[in-house]
Amino acid sequence: MIRGRGGQAGAGWRRGVREGLSTPGLVIFGSFMGFGSLVHGSGIGLVAGLASTLTCWALPGQIAMVELYGIGASLLVNALAVWLTNTRLMPMTIILLPQLRIGGGIGWRHYVAAYFVAITSWAVAMRRCPVLDEAERFPYFMGLAITLWGISCVATMVGFALAGRLPVAVTLGLVFLNPCYFMLLFASDLGSRARVLALVAGGILGPLLHLVDPDWGLLVTGVVGGTAAFLADRGWRRWEAGHG
Amino acid sequence: MVEPSPLWWWSMGWSSIWPALVAAALVTYFWRALGALVSGRLDPNGPIFEWVGCVAYALLAGLTVRMIVLPIGPLQATDLGCRLIATIAAIVTLRLTRNSIPLGVLAGVTVLIALTAAGVRFIP
Repeated sequence: MIRGRGGQAGAGWRRGVREGLSTPGLVIFGSFMGFGSLVHGSGIGLVAGLASTLTCWALPGQIAMVELYGIGASLLVNALAVWLTNTRLMPMTIILLPQLRIGGGIGWRHYVAAYFVAITSWAVAMRRCPVLDEAERFPYFMGLAITLWGISCVATMVGFALAGRLPVAVTLGLVFLNPCYFMLLFASDLGSRARVLALVAGGILGPLLHLVDPDWGLLVTGVVGGTAAFLADRGWRRWEAGHG
Repeated sequence: MVEPSPLWWWSMGWSSIWPALVAAALVTYFWRALGALVSGRLDPNGPIFEWVGCVAYALLAGLTVRMIVLPIGPLQATDLGCRLIATIAAIVTLRLTRNSIPLGVLAGVTVLIALTAAGVRFIP
């Protein structure tokens, strides 16, 4: 069946919204409820917490911002910490945008899509886009990300309202949703050999380097683990070519 | 204790948070915008692009494993052994259900809650 571009855009958007309302939505709801409860405890007020979710929409940086504010860190220290925490968004954006097939060059839609790059939206879109029609991809990503963004805002409010009132088991379950989900996303779609090597190297280095330095550990994990995986894959390929 | 007004939670709170909020929003978007800018200049089939992909996946794997092994926040109260068993349960369920992520996540979360509620501790 052949549909026009408009029809495909609508179909992509609806597919994204539906996906956002399923498992990824539940996971992000759990994560941002945790943030809402942190906001409650920090005393910065719900409006500021909600503004953070609306304007940053990158949880690790938001948590750093609230916690550092709470201990009275200066504005410069706070901004630097958030800046460092969010470095991962750059490589994530670089590799997601070509997947979305927005069009040649770099236009405003690239910058809008980039705003919505966060771990959950990124991981789901990286998995789904290759099997979608090219015309559906950008609307799909926007539908998915805007749905998840809205859910995050609601969850920030719910977490704020319910802070300290949920049974411990429920809180633990909601917090564990997030790492458990990402683990399964990666495990279910290993992709190329280079990606498998990068996942393994990152998984090993991540906790070790975090012990060495919690601020820089993750960044070093990405660069060292990623470079090692990249070089190992190239070496392997060359070896195969030589012995093929 | 002073009874808070019914709308206290909607108040602006301590107004000096706002500069930190604006700064956080700007530095966060900085990386996304830089990513968009760089993305348009790289060949998606070239080696640099492949390297950036490796860095992104290594970063996220590192972050995910760190959240399970060395959590920050409420998960700190749970036992490392319980978290690892819950993770294994999630992956085994994923495999048994032909890659059903919802069922895998459900299994992982259920196992963690059950073991923690039962007071199981592998690491004293």
